[in-house]
Amino acid sequence: MIALFDILASAGLWAAVLRIATPLLFGTLGALVCERAGVLNLGIEGIMTFGAMIGWYSVYSGADLWTGFLIAALAGGIFGLLHAVLTVTLGLSQHVTGLGVTLFASSFAYYIFRLFVPVAGTPPTIEPFQPIDIPGLSSLPFIGPAFFSQTPPTYLAVALALILAYFLFRTPLGLAMRMTGENPHAAEAQGINPMIVRYGALIFGSALMGMAGAFLTLSAFNSFFPTMVQGRGWICIALVVFSSWRPGRALLGALLFAFFDGFQLRLQTALSGVIPYQIFLMIPYILSIAALAVMARRARVPQALMQPYRRGER
Amino acid sequence: MRFERREHRSPTLIVAAPLLAVLIALALAGVLIAIAGAPVPEAYWHILTGAFGSRLSATETLTRAAPLILTGLAAAVAFRARLWNIGGEGQFYLGAITVAGASAHLLGGLPSLVQIPLLLVLGAMAGMVLLLVPLWLRLRFSVDEVVTTLLLNFVALLFVSLLIDTVLKDPLAFGWPQSESVADAAMLPKLLARSRLHIGIIIAVVLAILVHLVQSRTAFGMQSRAAGLNPSGAAFAGVPLGITLVKVACISGGLAGVAGAIEVMGVQGYVTTNLSPGYGYSGIVVAMLANLNPLGVVLAALFAATMFVGADSMSRSMGIPTYIADVTVALSLLSMLIALFFTQYRIAR
Repeated sequence: MIALFDILASAGLWAAVLRIATPLLFGTLGALVCERAGVLNLGIEGIMTFGAMIGWYSVYSGADLWTGFLIAALAGGIFGLLHAVLTVTLGLSQHVTGLGVTLFASSFAYYIFRLFVPVAGTPPTIEPFQPIDIPGLSSLPFIGPAFFSQTPPTYLAVALALILAYFLFRTPLGLAMRMTGENPHAAEAQGINPMIVRYGALIFGSALMGMAGAFLTLSAFNSFFPTMVQGRGWICIALVVFSSWRPGRALLGALLFAFFDGFQLRLQTALSGVIPYQIFLMIPYILSIAALAVMARRARVPQALMQPYRRGER
Repeated sequence: MRFERREHRSPTLIVAAPLLAVLIALALAGVLIAIAGAPVPEAYWHILTGAFGSRLSATETLTRAAPLILTGLAAAVAFRARLWNIGGEGQFYLGAITVAGASAHLLGGLPSLVQIPLLLVLGAMAGMVLLLVPLWLRLRFSVDEVVTTLLLNFVALLFVSLLIDTVLKDPLAFGWPQSESVADAAMLPKLLARSRLHIGIIIAVVLAILVHLVQSRTAFGMQSRAAGLNPSGAAFAGVPLGITLVKVACISGGLAGVAGAIEVMGVQGYVTTNLSPGYGYSGIVVAMLANLNPLGVVLAALFAATMFVGADSMSRSMGIPTYIADVTVALSLLSMLIALFFTQYRIAR
């Protein structure tokens, strides 16, 4: 029990929670934006992988960190455009298209990585983002080191959640987007072009997924290796459902999830040798499934999610 | 650009679609090979000879095709009923570890003729169980099975890793994480001496034919198709949706489980956590390339196996990363989706 309390009371745990939550938050917000406009984007896992690779590779070959971060976002946006052409213009199955984008984006990322980065015993590294102390707040006892001594992308992710919440529920464009996800025919009757809204949502949402990947290689770690995304994209898709498609709750969901993940990581070291580490590693995935089971019926799904919109066709 | 529905789906186009898709994918992958600075025609020649140029390589390609046929069938059967089973990878591993554990600890003493069929059934059952969980979640809590099957892939792999680290760990493997080996009597007979080719490919093709017969000749085949095309219409016509989906899940999960089983019993005899180079995921591409047709799955799996085996050998001789095979296979899925679209629609003038 004392060990448990020690873990919970350490600022290190809470600092780790924000760090673990950041890529999940970027990814969840990205998927949420796409789904609010009516498109399920299962490309997320691959787009995160590609973002992680291209962001890292840009910095590795001389770009500064923010440029790498932006390039990852841009690459994500391009995959979003591809997804949009297939699912919005052609109206193809969003499930299969998304998986196709994931398979393509991740294998493409591995291909480029293997092609341009020489195989070495230890993977080459870059100098990642350093934590920035928020003046004043970071010197608060406990709370300071836990929450106000993070790397810049973490602050960006939290700010984005708040901005998106405002955007979706307080601006005309946000309303247009939600309407497109609920009923594109009605949106069109209001003079909104659902096609353009969905294109925009997919490109922007996928750019956020690219950033989610870039955070992994530019802040959480300092190198890239294949399969490093480890299903985080799929966890984000579950978190979208858990958050009932609301950015504010996505922030809470990502934090809650990251708390369990950070906690199990520390428990794992405390209990190593007693309980096999694989049990702990399973927890995030099982937790996601449980969250889905609890929330799926309760959450209000955007009504037109996964339904292609074709003008003049029902 | 606007599209209009064709009055009739063009049968020529439906047959041409996969060929077109593969050609487009190969052309696009050619661009990537060119970026790597290698001569493209030579690279493709190396892939072709690498996959079929010798007795060894041809048997290797067929060996690789066997699990791909089965995971492809698993996806095709499920997708036809709109059951999005993306968990083939996890079902594969669960089938594999079940076979290894059962043969090493329970059935190892039985003669081949009894043990092999028993193990295949056990492998299938393991795959089934792993798919019935997400199906239950869908039917009971309306949870989308795409995400749950995907997440369960990671759980299954960790579970396998746990078992080969603990109860099923091979004590003779010098601490290397691998499972105990199956009994000699559990190894599938070789088709050709001095090769890795085993009768798994025959099992896979026979199962493809069986699935084809079930789908085209039985009421259940019709019902599963109807459940996919129009669930409410099918329910109205008296199709028991829940039971139909459970049966579909049993077949789909079972096929993926068998894929894992034959891979263990046919090739290396024990389980490691890199037993599958993504067979479950490639199976999805195989199923789509075949337009969900069980016999087409065999051909599509051969294409994918050719790419994987050929690219391995091309990579060794030309220094192009082997991932080019994965890129090509993924691109062929995307171009197949587009090609299928144009069997139904045309560009409006």
